[in-house]
Amino acid sequence: MHLHKYERIWLIFGISSLVLFLVVLGVGAFYKGTQPPSHLATVDPTKVEEHEAFREENLGLRKVGENDYIVSVIASAFNYNFGKDDEGNTIRKIEIPVGSNVLFQATTTDVIHGFQLAGTNVNMMVEPGYINSLKTTFKKTGTYTLICNEYCGTGHHLMAFEVEVIDNE
Amino acid sequence: MNDKVKDINKDDGKLVMAHMYVAFISLFIGGLMGVLQTMVRSGTFTLPFGIGYYQILTVHGVILALVLTTFFIVGFQFALMSKTVGMSDQQRESAWFGYWIMLFGTITTAITILVGKANVLYTFYAPLKAYPTFYIGLALVVIGSWIACFTNFRQLALWKKHHPGEKSPLLAYMVVINMLLWFIATLGLAATVLIQFIPWSLGMVDTINVLVSRTLFWYFGHPLVYFWLLPAYMAWYAIIPKIIGGKIFSDSLARLAFVLFLMFSIPVGFHHQLTEPGIDPLWKFIQVVLTFMVIIPSLLTAFSMFATFELAGRSKGYTSLFGWFKALPWKDVRFFAPMAGMITFIPAGTGGIINASHQMNQVIHNTIWVTGHFHLTVGTTVILTFFGISYWLIPSLTGRRLTKKVNTLGMIQTFVWMIGMFIMSGSMHIAGLLGAPRRSSYSEYGGSEQATEWIGYQISQAIGGSILFIGIILMVYIFFYMVFAAPKGYTEFPMAEVSENAEPTPKFLENWKLWIGITIALILFAYTVPFIDMLHHSPPGSPGFEDLIR
Repeated sequence: MHLHKYERIWLIFGISSLVLFLVVLGVGAFYKGTQPPSHLATVDPTKVEEHEAFREENLGLRKVGENDYIVSVIASAFNYNFGKDDEGNTIRKIEIPVGSNVLFQATTTDVIHGFQLAGTNVNMMVEPGYINSLKTTFKKTGTYTLICNEYCGTGHHLMAFEVEVIDNE
Repeated sequence: MNDKVKDINKDDGKLVMAHMYVAFISLFIGGLMGVLQTMVRSGTFTLPFGIGYYQILTVHGVILALVLTTFFIVGFQFALMSKTVGMSDQQRESAWFGYWIMLFGTITTAITILVGKANVLYTFYAPLKAYPTFYIGLALVVIGSWIACFTNFRQLALWKKHHPGEKSPLLAYMVVINMLLWFIATLGLAATVLIQFIPWSLGMVDTINVLVSRTLFWYFGHPLVYFWLLPAYMAWYAIIPKIIGGKIFSDSLARLAFVLFLMFSIPVGFHHQLTEPGIDPLWKFIQVVLTFMVIIPSLLTAFSMFATFELAGRSKGYTSLFGWFKALPWKDVRFFAPMAGMITFIPAGTGGIINASHQMNQVIHNTIWVTGHFHLTVGTTVILTFFGISYWLIPSLTGRRLTKKVNTLGMIQTFVWMIGMFIMSGSMHIAGLLGAPRRSSYSEYGGSEQATEWIGYQISQAIGGSILFIGIILMVYIFFYMVFAAPKGYTEFPMAEVSENAEPTPKFLENWKLWIGITIALILFAYTVPFIDMLHHSPPGSPGFEDLIR
């Protein structure tokens, strides 16, 4: 099929840009390992608390190494369950030292929820039957709001939690 | 001069108008819901009579994204088919049959939403569970649209039988591509609604496979947006050249663009599911690559459009580098409204490339940036082109004249729309980058400092939304004026001819078996392995949750 000379130049320029974009994304994903959250583990949505990661004592922030933490969360309408503190009170806020590596893992006992730490790239879907997870390193101190960004029912907009990234003592 | 002169077969005109009434009434209702939402989210307004935010959000999405678009497109396409290949009595009957089924389905779904039993938004993600009539109504809309599909297929097939060896008319070819795209895409929607949602909502089965339902939904959900866009492209390629006094730049490039849309707009649904569990990131990336392929026909289109504009200008004697720009009929709303839409597609498409960029999606996924994005694409590019079509389509169907007054009102309407959308979509994009979520009622998130920052932008969204609603009132007024009050007479149904300098159209562009074959092969390539994985590694299904939405 005939293509006008200018059109050929335009298409070569356009398609090369697209290829360049894809190479950047591909290198990021497969060489640097920055993939979107895509954890494959499954769980029975009616028996979430029987799973090792989501037992009462494993919920919330756990230190697992010098600079490494795991945060395990059960989402349900309209609340994020981070477990209880030593006195048996519901945890309403967690504090993470700046510079630490954090693995967030979450699942749900009812409908689909969002898991977005506003102002960061921590943003994933939490779906019944699956555990989703995401690794991040916090480089800046500050207070971040964890919000549900997938509609989950009448109280969806009230579903939130506070995460504070603090200076190392 | 005072007689009605219709530029279309009278009976076909009635059929098309029946679709247009539904479309413009939907525009009004949907727009009203939209402005109410922006008011609620500004924090200054509470809905009366116990109406819920998520109820009006569901109405807004269903009635604008599904009802307005489908009725306008099916109606417009019947008009194009009637003008290019004609319509037999039998075909008109089946078209009416499809229309009544779609309308019955729409009303069934609408009643379910109005009584508050289906506050599940237009994406109806399981395991939130609506009352069964919500899904049954949707299924009927799809089935009705299939009747329209097969009527259009039959129209072109019959024409070809009577015109052996001739190439099909460009607009008829485009309509058939769009309906093929729609039919193949809605198979996914029909599968999830008929096999999963309806039995589950009726209580015939206890649980539903959530990831499978989402995957089938998004298999449909992305080609859906191209089903909206392609009728706009039909007008750009084959109607606007006539309005500006030019010719179609190239018949074969126009057809090639449509074939590419058919092939690449379907196997890309994972780019709506980039941040979800249960799908291997390799397959997500493969579909991201395919998503980028669908940008190519839009690049082709951009070139063709500006080539058409330039050629038209130069043929009128403008010789300088950009002088031809002045030759464009900027004061003719039939050109100006779609042109405003076209220009908007540049930032809109750019945003779309960002959204589909694999890991970059995390930055904006489910933030109000996404809402800002599709209010530019479907809410400006597509809808302003549809408005631009209406200014000549409606009077040519009703045998009235597009008057100077309507033209001026239409120009004002377009400006109002652009200003309102700039404010609303602009503040949505910015707030989204700051983390503000989409699909959420007004909330201070427990006094969070970040949420306080978002509220200013939500107030600007309400200002932009109110300006847009003024635009909607204007447009609905213009519609009814053109139907009932404009002076009787004749308005042309503009259809452009191909430039005499264009190369002849190669035969292989009409090799339907080839294009459908490649389309199916690409779908199988993109979906077979991940879909089998999904079934193979399924977790136990989810029971329904109907109490969360009351």
